[in-house]
Amino acid sequence: MMPDLINRNRPPAYCPGCSHEVVTRSLNSALQHMGVDANQVVIVSDIGCSGLFDTFFSTHAFHGLHGRALTYATGIKLAQPNLHVIVTMGDGGLGIGGAHLLSTCRRNIDITLLILNNFNYGMTGGQFSATTPPEAQVGSGFLNQIEKPIDACRVLRAAGAGYVSRVSAYQSDLAGEMEQAIQFNGFSAMDIWGICPGRYTRRNKVTYKTIQSAIDSLPPFRGPVSENIREEYGSQYRQKAGVQEPPPPLLKVKKRFPALFDERKEILILGSAGQRIITAGEVLCYAGLTCGQHASQKNDYPITVLRGHSASEVILSPGKIDFAGIAAPDVVLALGQEGIDRKTTLLNTFVEDTFVLVDTNVDIPDCKGIRHRVDFKAKKIKRQDMAMASLGILAHHQKLISLEMLEAALRIRFQGKALEGALALVRRAGDIA
Amino acid sequence: MSLSLLEGNEAIAWGAYHAGCRFFAGYPITPATTILNTMMKLLPPSEGICIQGEDEIASIGFCLGASMAGMKAMTATSGPGISLYSENISFAIGSEIPIVIVDVQRLGPSTGSATKGSDGDIQFLRWGNSGGLPVIVLAPTDVADCYVLTAHAFNLAEKFRCPVFIASNKEIGMTRESLDVDSIQLPPLIQRAAPVGNTPYIPFAASDPDGVPPFMPIGGKTVARQTSSTHGPEGYITVDPEVIAQSQTRLTNKLIKHLDTYTFYELHEEAGADTLIISYGITSRSAKTAVARCAGTPSPLSLLSLKTLWPIPEALIREKVAGYQNIVVVEMNLGQYVQEIKRILGNRSVTFLGQMDGSLITPTQIEEVVNDARSH
Repeated sequence: MMPDLINRNRPPAYCPGCSHEVVTRSLNSALQHMGVDANQVVIVSDIGCSGLFDTFFSTHAFHGLHGRALTYATGIKLAQPNLHVIVTMGDGGLGIGGAHLLSTCRRNIDITLLILNNFNYGMTGGQFSATTPPEAQVGSGFLNQIEKPIDACRVLRAAGAGYVSRVSAYQSDLAGEMEQAIQFNGFSAMDIWGICPGRYTRRNKVTYKTIQSAIDSLPPFRGPVSENIREEYGSQYRQKAGVQEPPPPLLKVKKRFPALFDERKEILILGSAGQRIITAGEVLCYAGLTCGQHASQKNDYPITVLRGHSASEVILSPGKIDFAGIAAPDVVLALGQEGIDRKTTLLNTFVEDTFVLVDTNVDIPDCKGIRHRVDFKAKKIKRQDMAMASLGILAHHQKLISLEMLEAALRIRFQGKALEGALALVRRAGDIA
Repeated sequence: MSLSLLEGNEAIAWGAYHAGCRFFAGYPITPATTILNTMMKLLPPSEGICIQGEDEIASIGFCLGASMAGMKAMTATSGPGISLYSENISFAIGSEIPIVIVDVQRLGPSTGSATKGSDGDIQFLRWGNSGGLPVIVLAPTDVADCYVLTAHAFNLAEKFRCPVFIASNKEIGMTRESLDVDSIQLPPLIQRAAPVGNTPYIPFAASDPDGVPPFMPIGGKTVARQTSSTHGPEGYITVDPEVIAQSQTRLTNKLIKHLDTYTFYELHEEAGADTLIISYGITSRSAKTAVARCAGTPSPLSLLSLKTLWPIPEALIREKVAGYQNIVVVEMNLGQYVQEIKRILGNRSVTFLGQMDGSLITPTQIEEVVNDARSH
């Protein structure tokens, strides 16, 4: 016989007649019969009286916050795959931790959940829970009469649990049922109906017999749920993780060209979603890195994809960049109406020699700067290529960057056909300018 | 020298990875999501675990479980997620669970503005737990800090068995910046201490009244206990006032009394400066630009950029303000940390510049406020 796993220093202490006592003894019997040592098991207990379970066992123990036991158990199981992880939770935790219950079923992680279902919140004074019948007399006035109780087993099955059983705390083979649930390789849950003599049965007639007949009157749940049988989460995770490619190391860019400037430069790219404004900003940063400049890029775009404004603020500087906002832009690429409209306050920051490259098809309010108009449409530059073509124009003018810097940046950012396309685009930008 | 281009969020992920973090759980939220994305690339190929929880509560719950099972764990969110973390933050404090929690702050209150920056959670991070015991909050200013301070955060979480916050900001987290990765010097890594000797393991017994209990993982050979209830050294509920008082005092002192070992800051002092700006996070970079602009003028400025915000480095602040006529506190909210500075400096007048409109405080604004302070 394997050792008794009841904590000798803290023997179980519940209200007289509480079914939790029976469940505690049965769990101990199940573990004993399995022949596991105390250090091979963790009891993760939820809130209320089910939250006392961990203290009554000499195993590893984890007691946390109300309704969250399954979350801690999941973290423990992923970190210690060989540990038997058993969660004790009442009908209170079932309700408060509903989202975690559903997700644990969906994940099918190898945890055993014992729901100590006694139809009320015992510890706080007998208020109604998610399983309280509407006809019960409880400590919440009439509130339970107007909420429909949930059937834990049907919820568990619908959410994908591989193993669900509904049992009475008093049935003779409870320990055997528990052992089967614990041995199941995946998420297993037992809805264990019991008696709360401290609170519930003072005003509601519940006996071993009424529990058994109520269970018998419901569709049975007796373990494996065939429609939900599948591989356990942790083993799937480890298998899939094991074939993931290691991430590439951080790309490092060495200075290879002399810079065309020796002080901080600010570039503002204003456009619309789909114009690849952010990508152009990133390429510009890389071009700066190729001539040893520090770079920063702040972007602004809405939550929508392919709709709305897109703006990128790029700073290139020989020294470390402190203030990363735009104070007085050196170059502005005004390519889309939505971006311009969005950033009208920044127009005031333009100075006399701000180089403002404007698509002839957008309206930009009066502001300082030297305007350079380009009719991208007439030059047959597609909308999504305008920002990159604008970088080509800057390079042809030797404005901040040279063509070789830009080409080097494109080689960093793109590969294959995307690279060929981008190179061709910026090379012909000289004709556009 | 070679430079890489990465977001503050990516730098936090890389810093965590190099600090030995092998468990990450998070729930997507702008502007913190790219930490989850990067951890998803880094951890699974390295025998680590990265998962997306069904919500923020589950995400931090997974982390607490994994941490107690012996892994270095991190989670990341923004203000709305910190709200949901609150109960588990309290748990990690009271039950001494190492964890790094990243708050990439966005403009609040509530769901606020997903893509606007703010430092509006600075008092929330300190006080957003039940019981009010101290926490460690580190505030990066840039992508390099994101990398290095995250490694420090893990060291502190391991050493003191506590939650450690990284108080980032959308303006750092989602801004790409160049970084010389080869110049980054990470601190020597610290692991939570295992017990020494052959005496029976007592989960919450510290060897000195300001110390940290040795750690044994749940699932290890030695049976370990964890509980969120008020507990004595053995990890069982206690109602003994003396035991409770000793424990609460130890939880406080283990951080406060060792603050000098993790007071991170930058000081930029200009000869002849009459004004000291105190700032932190992204805003301290605007202040640094203001300091640079005023250097060599008749009215130079100095800057104290705090990177350890909590516990508040009172001794450092008192020492550094000495000799300055004007103290100017600048932060990206309507006045949170300035209250601490005023409390510490007692009768001294402190000038404040705050802004909470989603845009950066500019160097020019800071210079104007400094000039106002001088004229009073």
